[in-house]
Amino acid sequence: MRKTSITLQGIGVSPGIAIGKAQQLNLGLTPIPQYTLLGEEAVKEECARFEAAVAKAERSLELIKEEIDPALKDHAHLLEVHQLILRDRLIFDESLKLIREKKYNALWALKRSLLKAHELFGSIDDEYIRSRVADVDAAGELILRNLAGQDHDLRNEIKERAIIVARDLSPADTAQLQLERTLGLVTDMGGRTSHTSIIARSLNIPSVVGAEVGTQFVETGDILIVDGTSGRVVINPTDDEIRHYLERQEDEENYLKEIKRKAHLPALTQDGVAITVEANIEMLEEVVAARDNGAEGIGLYRTEFFFMNRTDIPDEETLHSEYRELAELMAPHPVTMRTLDLGAEKLAISFPRLQESNPALGLRSIRLCLHYRDLFKTQLRAILRAGAATRNLRLMFPLVSGVGELLQAKAVLKEAKEELLRERIAFHENMPLGVMIEVPSAVAVADLLAREVDFFSIGTNDLIQYSLAIDRVNENVAYLYEPLHPAVLRFIRQTVRAGHAAGIPVGICGEMAGEPFYVPILLGLELDSLSMNPLAVPRVKSLICRSRARGSRTFVNKLLKLPTAQEISTLLQGVLMKKFPEEFRVLDPGLLTAGMPSRQGMIKSSGNSPS
Amino acid sequence: MKLDHSQSMAEQDQEFVISNRLGIHARVAAQIVKVANQFQSEVWITKNDNTVSGKSILDILTLVCPQGSKVRVSASGDDAPEAMEALAALFQTKFGES
Repeated sequence: MRKTSITLQGIGVSPGIAIGKAQQLNLGLTPIPQYTLLGEEAVKEECARFEAAVAKAERSLELIKEEIDPALKDHAHLLEVHQLILRDRLIFDESLKLIREKKYNALWALKRSLLKAHELFGSIDDEYIRSRVADVDAAGELILRNLAGQDHDLRNEIKERAIIVARDLSPADTAQLQLERTLGLVTDMGGRTSHTSIIARSLNIPSVVGAEVGTQFVETGDILIVDGTSGRVVINPTDDEIRHYLERQEDEENYLKEIKRKAHLPALTQDGVAITVEANIEMLEEVVAARDNGAEGIGLYRTEFFFMNRTDIPDEETLHSEYRELAELMAPHPVTMRTLDLGAEKLAISFPRLQESNPALGLRSIRLCLHYRDLFKTQLRAILRAGAATRNLRLMFPLVSGVGELLQAKAVLKEAKEELLRERIAFHENMPLGVMIEVPSAVAVADLLAREVDFFSIGTNDLIQYSLAIDRVNENVAYLYEPLHPAVLRFIRQTVRAGHAAGIPVGICGEMAGEPFYVPILLGLELDSLSMNPLAVPRVKSLICRSRARGSRTFVNKLLKLPTAQEISTLLQGVLMKKFPEEFRVLDPGLLTAGMPSRQGMIKSSGNSPS
Repeated sequence: MKLDHSQSMAEQDQEFVISNRLGIHARVAAQIVKVANQFQSEVWITKNDNTVSGKSILDILTLVCPQGSKVRVSASGDDAPEAMEALAALFQTKFGES
């Protein structure tokens, strides 16, 4: 009797294909009984049992800390945090008090104190602090498991090389896993930047996270295929599926090695058109990944990080030293600094919280900057100064909706420059200035905007959302989020033409730029530069090098006559299959038919019917 | 008798501005607790009239102290001066961060 083949769609966070047996780690599912203790003796015993469970959890964390994989040393401090939480008065003292005073059994007492901690953390405005409740849970889970007699050494559980499947993996869990013996990872929780994902990437373990409820479908011993590139997980694959993925596994490994080796060459089409391929980053640390993958610059530096979850505005010196380090690390390659692109809700707590019924259309981004001019000017001064020596920084204003707004922003920029001149502080006076084209009205007046700036960068994520009136995280309408919608392609074309008519370059810094499948379209639309997630750079570069710009233009003219995204997608798929068969095999063709690069939590059955 | 007691009990306090970039995040809170735990004295941290135990990592975290926060650290007990000295060193060196 064969089991049905099921395909899950999660988020691919560490590329590669793993095929192997599933090993379920049933964490976080400790059942909690509730009862009242009878008599003083029982209370005493229960207190002792609780204390022993905590001591045991403490020791096991200590042990993990000592044996931790050197590659994970940076994460050792998290284990220390968990150790302190075990003995924290809100957990330890509180649980003992509940056992003594309310005569709760230890498990229930602990559960109550954890819930109370949840309430406390939940009431906090600061996003970072609020999210630390995950550490409370991780520590609590260790005690719960000991109390329930379910404590297990994860290391012993993995007998052979297996694909680890878990609802979630805490840093302590991940540290315990012998990752060199792990073929792949699948979790229900998590995102691209979660702890597990970062570690998986650093150890090159194909991983899919955010499978939502997917792991419920997996039993230990099931054969699994994990495609960390497309985010797919196939449970109990058919023989055909296994054969297909085995082939892809080999192809992909060879192929990725090959293109990464060539990633440092310029992206030049067969007929000699050069495209600048750059990376989008938000932390200094990512510069290494950008350079390693062959990015020729930073096409989008997100500057929001420093402004989030603080009580005050970061001062000019702090920003300046950070920006200057970035400029120096990337020099002589250009770095495009996007000025603050945030809503008030994410800004330092000293700013008034606005009650906006529709924040996406509210006081955010450049509008917020023009509202808080001092804050804006501080950032502009820091950027202008940071580019003084290396002269490789470029300025970019986000969410500009028209010329009036741009002129206001330019006036603040002028003030900032005049101040610096007066104060005799060195700065880059002719720093190139660009605007992001991401509001439909900006497309309509692109010819007018082009006269005022040195470059355009199209923010396709927002442009698609605003032009199609789709909130892509709203699952009721997410299917309408179509990058290949004829309106989107026309908007891009119109922007490029307006830019080129005024003699300025036009690039894209949205997710569309990093999707290798869109390369023929983006070339055909005559974009000058593409900026993307650093990991996407080698593939996009490789496709550009194998394309012809002239042929792509003819192709796009044909595409633009089609009335729907579906038809555009079908035609594109045909061309890709013919022109880049090896790329097409490596990448997942399912992406295209889905109409959007990633859809989470979709589950589909295929192959044999349930038996 | 009461007088004797208060003489043996030292009370110390000092104000600090949190100046490292990330404020009191988890690792910093852990450092504070580890230092405070080395002493018998009670340790308290106050921000805007909220006072929490300096020996509870969860208390400290949920006090929410990003960069720029003003806090008062106090210690009371026999080894309060030593506790205060150790804590001051930690706060003044920005917890070893930038």
